[in-house]
Amino acid sequence: MIKEYTTTVEISGPLMLVDGVTDVSFEELVEIELPSGEIRHGKVLEIDSRRALVQLFEGSSGTDLEKCRVRFLGKGVELGVSTEMLGRVFDGQGRPRAPFDTAPPIVPEKMMNINGAPINPYARDYPAEFIQTGFSSIDGINTLVRGQKLPVFSANGLPHGEVAAQIARQARVLGKGESFAVVFAAMGITFEEADYFIRDFKATGAMDRAVVFLNLADDPAIERISTPRMALTAAEYLAYEKDMHILVILTDMTNYCDALREISAARKEVPGRRGYPGYLYTDLASIYERAGRIKGRKGSITQIPILTMPEDDKTHPIPDLTGYITEGQLILNRELHKKGIYPPMDVMESLSRLKDKGIGKNKTREDHADLFNQLMAAYSAGKQARELSVILGVAALSTLDRQFMEFAEEYEKRYISQDDHEDRGIEETLNLGWELLKHLPREEMKRIRPEYLDRYWPVEKA
Amino acid sequence: MHHGRIDKIAGPLVVATGMTEARMYDVVYVSDYRLIGEIIELKGDRASIQVYEETAGLKPGDPVYETGLPLSVELGPGLLTSIYDGIQRPLDKVREQAGDWIGRGINIPGLDHGKKWGFSPELSPGTSVGGGEVIGSVQETELILHRVMVPPGTAGEVKWVAPAGDYTIDEDVARVKLADGTIRNLTMLQKWPVRKPRPIATKLAPNEPLITGQRVVDAFFPVGKGGTACVPGPFGSGKTVIQHQLAKWADSEIVVYVGCGERGNEMTDVLQEFPELEDPKSGKPLILKTVLVANTSNMPVAAREASVYTGITIAEYFRDMGYSVALMADSTSRWAEAMREMSGRLEEMPGEEGYPAYLGTRIAEFYERAGKVECLGGQGRSGALTVVGAVSPAGGDLSDPVVQATLRVVKVFWSLQANLAYMRHFPAIGWLDSYSLYIRNLRGYYDETLGAGWVKMVTRSMALLQEEANLQEIARLVGAESLSPEDQLVLYTSRSIREDFLHQNAFHPVDTYASIEKQKAMLEVIMHTHDGMGRALKAGVAPRDLFAFALKEKVAGMRYLPEEHISAINELKDLITAELDSMVEKAGL
Repeated sequence: MIKEYTTTVEISGPLMLVDGVTDVSFEELVEIELPSGEIRHGKVLEIDSRRALVQLFEGSSGTDLEKCRVRFLGKGVELGVSTEMLGRVFDGQGRPRAPFDTAPPIVPEKMMNINGAPINPYARDYPAEFIQTGFSSIDGINTLVRGQKLPVFSANGLPHGEVAAQIARQARVLGKGESFAVVFAAMGITFEEADYFIRDFKATGAMDRAVVFLNLADDPAIERISTPRMALTAAEYLAYEKDMHILVILTDMTNYCDALREISAARKEVPGRRGYPGYLYTDLASIYERAGRIKGRKGSITQIPILTMPEDDKTHPIPDLTGYITEGQLILNRELHKKGIYPPMDVMESLSRLKDKGIGKNKTREDHADLFNQLMAAYSAGKQARELSVILGVAALSTLDRQFMEFAEEYEKRYISQDDHEDRGIEETLNLGWELLKHLPREEMKRIRPEYLDRYWPVEKA
Repeated sequence: MHHGRIDKIAGPLVVATGMTEARMYDVVYVSDYRLIGEIIELKGDRASIQVYEETAGLKPGDPVYETGLPLSVELGPGLLTSIYDGIQRPLDKVREQAGDWIGRGINIPGLDHGKKWGFSPELSPGTSVGGGEVIGSVQETELILHRVMVPPGTAGEVKWVAPAGDYTIDEDVARVKLADGTIRNLTMLQKWPVRKPRPIATKLAPNEPLITGQRVVDAFFPVGKGGTACVPGPFGSGKTVIQHQLAKWADSEIVVYVGCGERGNEMTDVLQEFPELEDPKSGKPLILKTVLVANTSNMPVAAREASVYTGITIAEYFRDMGYSVALMADSTSRWAEAMREMSGRLEEMPGEEGYPAYLGTRIAEFYERAGKVECLGGQGRSGALTVVGAVSPAGGDLSDPVVQATLRVVKVFWSLQANLAYMRHFPAIGWLDSYSLYIRNLRGYYDETLGAGWVKMVTRSMALLQEEANLQEIARLVGAESLSPEDQLVLYTSRSIREDFLHQNAFHPVDTYASIEKQKAMLEVIMHTHDGMGRALKAGVAPRDLFAFALKEKVAGMRYLPEEHISAINELKDLITAELDSMVEKAGL
């Protein structure tokens, strides 16, 4: 039997305190009926023998103490899932999101609790298979593998939205008979950005293999807490029950963390750094750690969370804690962006920790690791030469230094940079690397095994 | 069994009333899901309980069952090769029972109670024994002989010892008549509360280094067997790789690896790699001497708090058998954060950055459980427990309260530096900031095994690196060529120390491990070159010619020479002398 109460005694921010409740459980789903008939949702955040503290997903505007009817639904927050979700756009609570999606709600095959459960570390399988994103700066340098969580650290004014859309559009797993889909969750982004994503997905056909969850900037901030969990629940269903490889893109995690801070502040919790709650690490981990592969199951979940670093500061708690949980990070660089390089990927500071097991023979190509090391070394030498030339002038550089400097320029312009609709295959990326190296003396190729050098060193056409 | 009722639920914290028989740190079962919890505060009949499992769905009024027992681990044969969660539930069995995700209310004992172990007695009836004395032994794995001991606190006369044969851990293997005349049956199983250090006879000073095969550690910043070390560093600086390297190569007889609030995929890596990797000493799979405790970041936070205690209690148990044990905790910051979270929920007055005021005390107590000891009932049996804790300071900032509290107690500080990691210099242990306070204690060992010159040579090379740091500032302003030839030589040699000695590739099959003999040979070559070049400079060889030295590549290649070829490294010295001599000759003409 559903219990209904009109005994709200306090509303503060997104929190509502309901008195005299019985038989209510922790994390139970709550429905609040406003005098206007509007239905809002929430969950039980804290409970004692008399009172339940309810967190409202859609905010508290318009609620009042006397007339609101609060119903405890006797279950946790759930998402109805089915394969029909592909191609659909939902709001932060799993309902079709007008105006992007005006079709009727899906008929769920089953209901799943959105909090998931931790994967047993013993059941995990180590990520070792390559995912192609079509970006040379990712595939060639900081390779993404299935089951990895690799965030993009961006900042205001950088084109992370475009990068995200392009990854969503182009990402694929190599190999036959593998089905692949993208789950895209947007938290606190603007209508314009959302419209860009959806239109782009629809125009390029990416929409057919995508599930989108949208929480826009003017949607209730609190709903952002459940949005990524909804998305990951959908992903888990598709990956582990429907054998699909799922790429989950979460943008923007900074907005998510700010929503978390809002609730923490409303509960008057002791704040940790910069006002974020002390459990921010644990909370983020409960999202990021839902990436992975499981032994004996075909599907996988790969995550690309995107976050904007406040003031470009990597030590801010959000990027900092994210970096401690995820397996590397892709960093966008303002300087490159100003030079007109797209994507402005800072390949030196970026890192994919799981890359080593996802590249090489039978995965990408045998020369990949050596080539990567050589490109990094040459780019690093080139950047150093460039710094030197700023102080001493180009004329003071040795021929070799000048060659490296030119290499760095070319590398940025041709390798890192690509068109926003250019989808480079891994072969193309690797060959491009060789082509750029060709402008350096062959004896400088110290990081490449001689046999690969013989096999792949470009021969001048007569 | 007596039980109370839930009054309040807030995340992992549950408050129950009617807990009249509760004691601090007793284990309770919460609700009819039987979630495991531990009492962390008592006020009247109200008990605050940290629950080791997800609390969603609990209701006020649900029962809370008291057990009257503190949070304990099971100790006995079967620990090795296991992988446990933070409260010693075997994750492989959990998977069999609950599937790929960790469900709730799973209660599986830490040890297999059905398995029979081959026991051989080592005592005869009539002897009087005390806690810690060895009753018999079990070959637990090919590598480790498990010594079955009298539990601490039990003493008396042995009345009966089981004959050699196969027994489960619940079957009696000995009977002891206590002082009061009662008979106590002893099995191979002991239970021990995790928050209470296991007793020892006496503590000894660490006087032998833990050889890790990592050059920067063994040569420059060694940790003694029974010592403590910490590795703080920002993300991406290689904390976990160092912890893995130590777990793989350190010459401890037992390894306990605690993955505390870290990545699931990393634990999978350890799980998949350890059965395949060989122990450098025995050639047998590493897993045979390893116990893993994995409470990843998304597993319940309270169990994360318990995981380091579970790990260290298991480690102490093996130490009591007389083994040298190394415990790696990655990362103690996550443990501290778990404490902070529980403290916040208890509404305690916070100390620095929201951490509880007792943070420093808890950290100190934890590291104090390390040590080289004379074991209880050991008749001279000594064991050692080395603790290496990774710390993940916020923003890589060492003023972090966890780092500071840790540095106050540990004796070795390996300072991981982000800029070294960017330069792909691994292990990214900074040579200027790191320190080891064991060198004095270990001197006797070094003088005996490596000769009197070793400590001196290490001190000299460290001094060169220090000098390099000072010179680099000037070199950056005026260019390296404008420095005096002697200073240029300092730059040359320190670069060689950094690149040819300190830098070590964890993923290269040979370079990943260097014996202390190989380390000595390598460093000798570098310093020999330095001395030879110093003489050559004096004899008038131009620095430019000197540093274009043809044997440079050979020196750089030393690290890739397998252990059997240490003689080739030693021979290099003569070649170097010869080349330098010929340079001097040419310059003289």
